[in-house]
This record gives sequence, C-alpha cells and structure tokens, in this order.
Amino acid sequence: MASYSTNEFRSGLKVMLEGEPCSILENEFVKPGKGQAFNRVKLRNLKNGRVWERTFKSGESLEGADVVDLDMEYLYSDGEFWHFMMTDGSYEQHAADKNAVAGALDWLKEQDKFSVTLYNGAVLSVTPPNFVELEVVETDPGLKGDTAQGGSKPATLTTGAVVRVPLFVNIGDVLRIDTRNGEYQNRVSK
Amino acid sequence: MNSSDWRPGVLPEAIELRARVYRQIREYFQSRQVTEVETPLLSPAGNTDPNIESLTTSDPCSYLQTSPEFAMKRLLASGSGSIYQICKAFRKGESGRRHRTEFTLLEWYRVAFDYHQLMADVVALLQQLLGDRDVVKVSYLQLFQDCLGVDPYQIEKTKLADIAHSEAGYRVDEADSKDMLLELLMSHLIEPKLAPDALTFVYDYPASQCALAQVVTDDAGNAVARRFELYSGGIELANGYQELTAWQEQQRRFTAENQKRKMKGLPVIVPDNQLISALQHGLPPCSGVALGIDRLLMLMLKADNIDRVVF
Repeated sequence: MASYSTNEFRSGLKVMLEGEPCSILENEFVKPGKGQAFNRVKLRNLKNGRVWERTFKSGESLEGADVVDLDMEYLYSDGEFWHFMMTDGSYEQHAADKNAVAGALDWLKEQDKFSVTLYNGAVLSVTPPNFVELEVVETDPGLKGDTAQGGSKPATLTTGAVVRVPLFVNIGDVLRIDTRNGEYQNRVSK
Repeated sequence: MNSSDWRPGVLPEAIELRARVYRQIREYFQSRQVTEVETPLLSPAGNTDPNIESLTTSDPCSYLQTSPEFAMKRLLASGSGSIYQICKAFRKGESGRRHRTEFTLLEWYRVAFDYHQLMADVVALLQQLLGDRDVVKVSYLQLFQDCLGVDPYQIEKTKLADIAHSEAGYRVDEADSKDMLLELLMSHLIEPKLAPDALTFVYDYPASQCALAQVVTDDAGNAVARRFELYSGGIELANGYQELTAWQEQQRRFTAENQKRKMKGLPVIVPDNQLISALQHGLPPCSGVALGIDRLLMLMLKADNIDRVVF
C-alpha cells in the first residue's frame, strides 16, 4: 500500500494506525509561529467504530489501509455467517461474521443492497442504506381512524428489530425506517 | 471549468473591516510618530529557522520573505527610528483553519522600548481596534506551572513525552527534542485553557526558543529569552522580542539553525549577511513585534476559518 503524509490526510482516507484500519474524520493543522508544526487528527477505528484522536508531527506518514467499500446484496444467514453477493455481475460472495454485521443486523432483508467494507479482502463491516422498508410482524392492533398525532407503540419488524410506531400501524404494514437513528418515517403503500 | 468558483471566499464584512483596521492602524502609528515603511518581498537571503520553510522563486536565489524582520532591522540600523509595515509574508506548507501560505502581517519596531513597553503598546493599539479587553500577563514558567504543574526548565524530557502521549494522543518519537514537546503541550494543552476574551501575553521563553530575542538569566538561574506571544480567543495573534543586537550571536544562531536544518534533512538557507553587517554597524536598542492581521480579523468577526477573511 501507498503511504500518506499528514498533508494528504483527507476525510474518508483509509489508513493503518497501531495495526488497525482507520478512516480519517478530521485533520487540523496546528503550528505555533515559531515552532514545530503538528496535525491533530481524528480517526475512526473501522474495526470497533471508536474515534481516536492522535497528534502527528507535520510530514509524518501513515500506511494506507487496504479497505474498500462495495455494494452487495444480502443473501442469507447460516447462523454463523451472513452471506453477501456482489452486484457487479460477478456473483462473487463474501461472508460476514457476527461482529462485522452487527451494525446492520436489525435491517438485514434478503435481496436488499448494503455497503460492505472489505479489509484485506475480508468483511470488516456492513452498512445499511439510510432507509429500509420492512414489514411489521407484531404490534398491538391499530386504532382505526387515528392517523394523526398522539402516542406511539412498539412494533416488531421481519428482521426482529423493534421500532416505535404511530398507533394506527397494523401487522402486515410495510414501514420506511431511517437506519441511522432507527426511527419510523412513514407507512409505504403496497 | 466550474463557473461558480470565481467568487472569493472572503465575507463582505471582512472586506470592510480590513479597510477600517488598516485605517486605524495607520492613525495609531501616525499619532505616535512611527513611520510606515515598505521593504522588498523578494530577497536573496532567506529565513534559517528550521520550523519555517521559505518559498523560493525561479529567479536565481530569491526567497519570498517569511517576515519583513531582516529588512526592517537594516532600516533601523540605518537610522530610520521607530517603523511599522503592513505586508504579505509567505510560509511554505502552512495551510489550515488558521494558516495560509500567503498571509498579512503588521510588524513594528519601537526604538528604546523594552519588551514590556512594547506589550503595553500592543495593548494600546488593540484596545482601539477591539475595545476594552482584560489583559493578562504571565511568564512561560508560571503558565506551565499553573496549567500542567510542571517546571518547563527543570522537567525531564521523558516526563514531557509521557504527558504528550497521555493527554494529547501524541506518538512519542525518541528523536523529539524537549522544545518540540514543550511546543506541543503549549499548543494542545495550554492554549485552549487561556481566557478566551482576554489579551493574554506569555513572556520569557526558554532560551532554546529564543528566535531573535535577547537572552538573559532570570532570578532562578534559567536562561530566558525576552520574547512574548499574544493569545486571544484561542488564537496566537502576535510574537515579539526585545531584539538581539549582538552581531556575533546573530551569526551564531544563523549557523546553528542551518546545522539543525542539515540534521533534519531540510534545505540549508542562505543567511542574511547584510543583516549581520547592519548589526555590526549597530542596531539601536529596540523591541519589535509581528501581528497576524488575518487572525485579528478572524478574532473580530469570530470567524473559525481564515478563508472567511482573506481573498
């Protein structure tokens, strides 16, 4: 892999730090008028999602990380691994372990497309699309006519995720959910 | 070509403000008999400071100035009396929220002022531009004791490295100098603790960070440089010295800095021998300071990026 100097650090650049693949979030140049220049850098550890703050002397460099984000379709789970397939026509498959799929587990619907991050060819993480549409399998009966505001109740979706929904929602309804905060958006007409 | 890129990033109010600030600066110095001067931006000699890189031009041996200091000192030695200048300066590779490769400095020298008198002069000018502000004066030693509980002169390098690692997320390198670690702690841990609305002067720096200031021995036996830095709103605004006048010492510093450059693999810079000659002739006792105009505008407009106040 190429290595990158602090002046090439940009948001989104993938680098290796302390043996871990990281994505750069912020890079600030700090320099006293007389004195050493530094770069104060925020990075997200791509393995555990933690944000690291590190200071480098300007001009220091980090090795690039062999990390790519690819669009893949979710196929199935065998209980131990979750299987995804490339959507570029190659039908190439990749298996994600529980750790890698954790952030997307609530939203995994077969044939939906996910962004799969590969690190050295192995699945590091799976990111759901910002919005998914999922069917309600369990909730208290809907209150007819109550389509306006007022109150909410839990509803279980096909994936097992539980979200707060308005009182009018019924079993069998398909809902649009924002995966970034897990919030109900609207009911999708079938 | 993206046709929307032609607009300068500067805020309209920053254009107005810059014009007003320049006018007020000129009025301030005129009323104090300080003469406005202009010196060349291009010079056959550069700045040997190992932490500052000069831009060079394709014209043989021409550096763009990193500050007008050497030229202004030659004027002072020639008998100009107190002088000031608003000019551009250039520092290669400096780019960020508070840095631009090309930036604007106000630099002035007061003959027969010591550095404390010059600090008072800086306050008088800034009070006119900013209105009343609290003024805090604290020595480098006191500041390190107050903020980090350490004596920067006595503490061992390894202890500084420990603090840099644990408090500032710094990857310690054996080759780091003690000064480099002190600079890191200053910019990462101490600057954020300074009172945001006050004008804070930090003065008496370790001799190893003397730049072009006189060095004396303080009561505790530490070699300190008669240098000060001004901070406000979390921004380093100005840097001043009671100026070194001894030519042999100036020559020694040029040589020592170029040696450091060699060790760091940086280009060796042609030192300004005309400055040495000027000091040989005699620089009157004086103090001088450089104030970043773009940063001053950032402070006045509460802008968080230098792009908002420069073209």
